[in-house]
Amino acid sequence: MSQVSELGASMPRLEASAKATGVARYTADLAFPNMLHGAVLMSTSAHARIKSYDVSAARALPGVRAVMTGADIPRKRFGLMIADETALAIDKVRYIGEPVAAVAAIDRETALAAAELIQVEYEDLPGVFTPDEAMMPDAAIVHETFAAYPKNFDCIADGNAISIAQVLSGDPDEAWAEADVVVEGVYETQAQYHAYMEPVAAVADVDGLGRVTVWSSTQSVFRTQICIAEALDLPRAKVRSISPYVGGGFGGKSEPGVQIIAALLARETGRAVKVVLSRQEDMMMMRSRHPARIHLKTGARRDGTILVRTGSVVMDGGAYADDSPAAMHMVLHFLRGPYRVPHLRFDGRVLYTNKLRAAAFRGVGNAQATFACESQIDELARKLSLDPIDLRLRNVLQQGDSWLGKHPIGSASIGECLQRVRSESNWDARRAALAEAPTSKSGKRRGLGVSSVVYTCAYLSTSAIVRLLDDGTVTIATGAVDIGQGSDTAIAQMCAAALRLPVDSVNIVQADTDATPFNSGTNASRITYMLGQVIAQATDDIVSQLFPHAAELLECSVEDVELVPGGRVAIKGVKERFVSFADCSRRAHFKAGGPIIGRGSYVFRVEEPDTELTINKGMMSLAAIGTYVFGAQVVETEVDEVTGKVEVVEAWSAHDVGRAVNRQAVEGQIEGGLVQGIGFALMEELVWSDGQLTNPSFMDYKIPCSLDAPENIHAIVIENPEPTHPFGVKGIGEPPVIGIAPAVGNAVEHAVNVRVRQLPITSERVLRCLLDRGS
Amino acid sequence: MAKVPVQFTLNGEEKAEFVDAGATLIKVLRDKLGDTSPKGGCNQGTCGSCSVIIDGELRLSCLTLAETCNGADILTTGGLARDGVLHPLQRAFMDEFAAQCGFCTPGMIMAAKALLDSNPKPTREDVIDALSGNICRCTGYEPIIRAVLTAARSNSQNAA
Repeated sequence: MSQVSELGASMPRLEASAKATGVARYTADLAFPNMLHGAVLMSTSAHARIKSYDVSAARALPGVRAVMTGADIPRKRFGLMIADETALAIDKVRYIGEPVAAVAAIDRETALAAAELIQVEYEDLPGVFTPDEAMMPDAAIVHETFAAYPKNFDCIADGNAISIAQVLSGDPDEAWAEADVVVEGVYETQAQYHAYMEPVAAVADVDGLGRVTVWSSTQSVFRTQICIAEALDLPRAKVRSISPYVGGGFGGKSEPGVQIIAALLARETGRAVKVVLSRQEDMMMMRSRHPARIHLKTGARRDGTILVRTGSVVMDGGAYADDSPAAMHMVLHFLRGPYRVPHLRFDGRVLYTNKLRAAAFRGVGNAQATFACESQIDELARKLSLDPIDLRLRNVLQQGDSWLGKHPIGSASIGECLQRVRSESNWDARRAALAEAPTSKSGKRRGLGVSSVVYTCAYLSTSAIVRLLDDGTVTIATGAVDIGQGSDTAIAQMCAAALRLPVDSVNIVQADTDATPFNSGTNASRITYMLGQVIAQATDDIVSQLFPHAAELLECSVEDVELVPGGRVAIKGVKERFVSFADCSRRAHFKAGGPIIGRGSYVFRVEEPDTELTINKGMMSLAAIGTYVFGAQVVETEVDEVTGKVEVVEAWSAHDVGRAVNRQAVEGQIEGGLVQGIGFALMEELVWSDGQLTNPSFMDYKIPCSLDAPENIHAIVIENPEPTHPFGVKGIGEPPVIGIAPAVGNAVEHAVNVRVRQLPITSERVLRCLLDRGS
Repeated sequence: MAKVPVQFTLNGEEKAEFVDAGATLIKVLRDKLGDTSPKGGCNQGTCGSCSVIIDGELRLSCLTLAETCNGADILTTGGLARDGVLHPLQRAFMDEFAAQCGFCTPGMIMAAKALLDSNPKPTREDVIDALSGNICRCTGYEPIIRAVLTAARSNSQNAA
């Protein structure tokens, strides 16, 4: 283990060895004595009333220990913003793949066989499979009881709408008159599957005290605890939620997977039950990114100054609300882009349909908004014959500017990000050369495209408890789940830096609702920012308790001691006169004062938006949304004019992370997000036919493999310390994925002079545009 | 269900088990032999997370029936470190940040080992090609490619 404690050091991740040797245990790797295995019966109907169940044959199968349907569970609904879900369908099914019944048996094969034997009688109802169908006046209603569902925001909705919202700033209706040029277009994005490599899994067990413990693949042990408690009608204290290693999440494991089903089966049988979904089940049952259709219109002066932008957004939320209101609000929040837009109005509507629920997915809502925003900026540049980067630089937010409703922006570094990708990619010369280059003999042309990114990090609340052990090492409990992005290492590095300890003196407690204090989840690129806040508080707390012991032992006054590296407290300026943390902590443990425990507690909150400047209707509070982060990327694509196939051959991606806690880990987020963005841009799409998902496997749903990654990725880390943060850090989890699709689309247009406004930019779509264009 | 006897070597140790007829190798390795390093990412041969090496060949343990492995010599990432000493590929995966969530890592390391065993000095293109059947959703592949090339270099230095 490395001894460095400096922030920014590229020390290998704490758990790197556990992962490289295969000993890291994920949920499916856990086993308990007498453990049963679960299986879930999925709905075969997209929209139907459940008339009856016959579970007799399933119950009679040898080896079966429990069969449960919606008739056997509490009629309690749960949900993040709108409580509309049950763990197993009750009364109605609303999509093909919805859990209808669950079985626990001595092995997975028996459980699956028993699930097949369950007879469910459905009375089919007409389905709505697109937002347009859902908005028809005579559309079938997916949730007739929507009005009665508890909601935790100021929800506006009607018919099949989950949420209807508006953001308005300035006077857009008047502003069009000032515009010399107007560009307008409709941009469509698809349902992308999270495709975390570890399918959803949970193990539940019960004890003799009426408590249920659930180990699961989750992005938040506390969200999981809350959902299990609500669904089972139990107090929080009767539910313990733990996360072992998590094999990726990307937003898809924020809300429950199969934890509640596992908990129901464990309580029913009194035994541990493991439920692990197959890949096909995971794809049919879990979540996707929201498909969106965005009608966007931008007006500018002849010199490129943007004056006004309006847009209307329709999103497909699928059968349950999940994160849909938040996703749509994020679209409305980010449709302006990182630009000065004095007048704007964005209207949004997210609708229920009889399909897989849509949910948070890395860059929630913003990836859709940015595809529209950044494609249209290039269309404006083309119309004005301006260089796309010059046009962006003319309009970018400057230091001192604020966001909607006077939201503060700490460091407005979008201009710097754009300048960096411009210089590192040699944009001006390269773009000119590519434009003049002849088409290759095999019919290929290259192009260069750019995009900007603005996002936020932070959000909601978190806490930390840091304990100084009697030997001077430290244990930190935070409740933050590392889903693979590396937050455990970042937490340890920040804690070690604050206490000037070697990183291997810091022990991280696995997220566990019994053992770690509240943290609201690994979402919104918030962990490093939020945890840094509470680590600073908790370590300050430790130091304030440590110094009196040191002063006593050194026989000096508390004002005269200071921390020195290596777990020592010394007399100021005389570092050879020191006592160790161990000396002080032993004194505290056994002689005076008691063990030293530091605490940190923090909720992100800024001023409510100024309603004189910005009107938000039907939105969740923007005051808690986070602090602003910026990035930019340039990609070079090669387009085959014969087949329409697009490849990304080189990419430059620059992000202002405030301060890198672990530089190589930051670069890993940038590289990985970029390739995930290429999947979104070029190849990934869940496709339904009348509510039936047609491609629920990696055979038919392609995510990028090693052959699809660019030959060269240049990850550029920009550091402008964030003024609102004790370590100066900002989040980097999501921004790297958000701007890739429009950068690719812009590069395709530069290469072959066609604009594709619908994702993914498949060979077929490009070819169709090329044929329409003529040659 | 009918049981069949199967005997093979797993990471150098003799194993003998009665397994269900038709049981896949991944199931036997994980559930019967306690080696959970092969991961079930899809259980249909599309992701590579369950990759193991059987008699020197890279194989998908989710598509391999355990009963076809009689007499075979099976290697997994779980048995790659010997006497507490990491294999150069494992060391390189750590140093190059090639594991983020880590779920694909044991399969990736097997695919990389199969490559280096047959081609100790691969080009970048050889590595990209050899890993193309193993999906990673986190890293964008670049750190993994770097790790395999680094391990190849350290192998050839040790051999020299």
